[in-house]
Amino acid sequence: MQTITQRLANPTQFMELSARVLPWLAGAAAAVIAYGLYLAFFVAPPDYQQGETARIMFVHVPSAWLSMAGYTVIAISAFGLLVFRHPLADVSAKAAAPIGAAFTFLALVTGSLWGRPTWGTYWVWDARLTSVLILFFLYLGLIALRSSIEDETLASKLTAVLALVGIVMLPIIKFSVEYGKTLHQKASVLRLGGPTMDPSLLHPLLVMALGFTLLFAALHVKAMRNEILRRRVKTLQMAEVERAQAGRLAAAE
Amino acid sequence: MKPFLTLVSRDLRLAVRQGGALGTALGFYMLVVTLLPLGLGADLNLLSRIAAGVLWIALLLSALLSLPRVFASDYEDGSLDILATGSLPLELVAAAKALAHWISTSIPLALLAPILGILLNLEIDAYPILVATMLVGTPAVSFIGAVGAALTLRAHRGGLLIALLVLPFYVPTLIFGIASISALLGPGDVLSPFLILTAISLAAVVLGPFAAAAALRMQMQ
Repeated sequence: MQTITQRLANPTQFMELSARVLPWLAGAAAAVIAYGLYLAFFVAPPDYQQGETARIMFVHVPSAWLSMAGYTVIAISAFGLLVFRHPLADVSAKAAAPIGAAFTFLALVTGSLWGRPTWGTYWVWDARLTSVLILFFLYLGLIALRSSIEDETLASKLTAVLALVGIVMLPIIKFSVEYGKTLHQKASVLRLGGPTMDPSLLHPLLVMALGFTLLFAALHVKAMRNEILRRRVKTLQMAEVERAQAGRLAAAE
Repeated sequence: MKPFLTLVSRDLRLAVRQGGALGTALGFYMLVVTLLPLGLGADLNLLSRIAAGVLWIALLLSALLSLPRVFASDYEDGSLDILATGSLPLELVAAAKALAHWISTSIPLALLAPILGILLNLEIDAYPILVATMLVGTPAVSFIGAVGAALTLRAHRGGLLIALLVLPFYVPTLIFGIASISALLGPGDVLSPFLILTAISLAAVVLGPFAAAAALRMQMQ
């Protein structure tokens, strides 16, 4: 009996399975986000202190959450590549990096737009903002390292090492920037003793978080499919070149 | 132990006799610190307030300059392959090279810092702790840097890439280095950030060589 990860190790089976799953995943993401946006704009009441600007939370918080989830996906994939040599792990790590970076960027931009009316400034050197910014640089480092090494197998292994170094360093970086004081509000959804947020705001937020996670999954699967197809095209091209060379040699003889 | 020490002393001798590397790093350090008051204005009160931070950041940048050479010259002339097939595990080879980088680059930079502190009107009380944080914090700079150097060995634009990969990992060292200095000058506990700084350096010394050796091994197959 094969486990699901073993079965997915075969790219052909992955392509078949993902082709069937992807439309549902993308459709679910679109539907949940549409419902979440409806809740966020028309059902959720304006915040009693921040007014309408608090609605940016429904985009900001899921993005921030996915910026961390994205790095976790990369780190797990890196581990899968280096330890188990799972053939799809590298495809997954490569596909997740730009998506994670995009969500991190989105979290930074929406956060700074939210900061302007509430804190009176676009940017403060607060602990959380700084650690998300550094997370963004880690993503850029992963993408830059991969793109600057020509040998693809080598690039994927080295990027995996960097991703694992990053996952060790991330908590230390987070701890170090939190050593100072923070302006950002404390965690208010996932905490001991239940959420401090009012249910009328919490419910749309959770729907949006689910929708964004589905979106991330759909984009990730799509990017993985593209990467597999790109590699196949490359292999086919190489085979074509070899056949042409062999043909020319035969003609010369 | 003997091959390890031999490798360290070989690297140190190369650093001294080849020249250039150390001088360049020290010169760069002095120039960055000189340019800063020209850019920010020569207000001595302002300079005194930011001196420790400026000295630390300039030190990180100067140490970064010499990182690409940690493995590159040995990789190019093939000595790294000989070292890899020798009796010393690759982890210890990486550790020896990072240690040599620390002794030949980071320590001189740390010792130059108080002299540059005079230019920046750094408070006299802060000199011992400035040098102490730099001496204790720079092993992390060299050993994490060695990981970056190993990762970018075969990359294009290696030098610029190292900066992008490694600088985010220097954040904790920088923060706790500055925290102990500002705790001395203002309110707060000096010892606890200093101890955390030490812990980061020790962790980097232990873990860095493993990551660096893994990266090197992948590139030498």
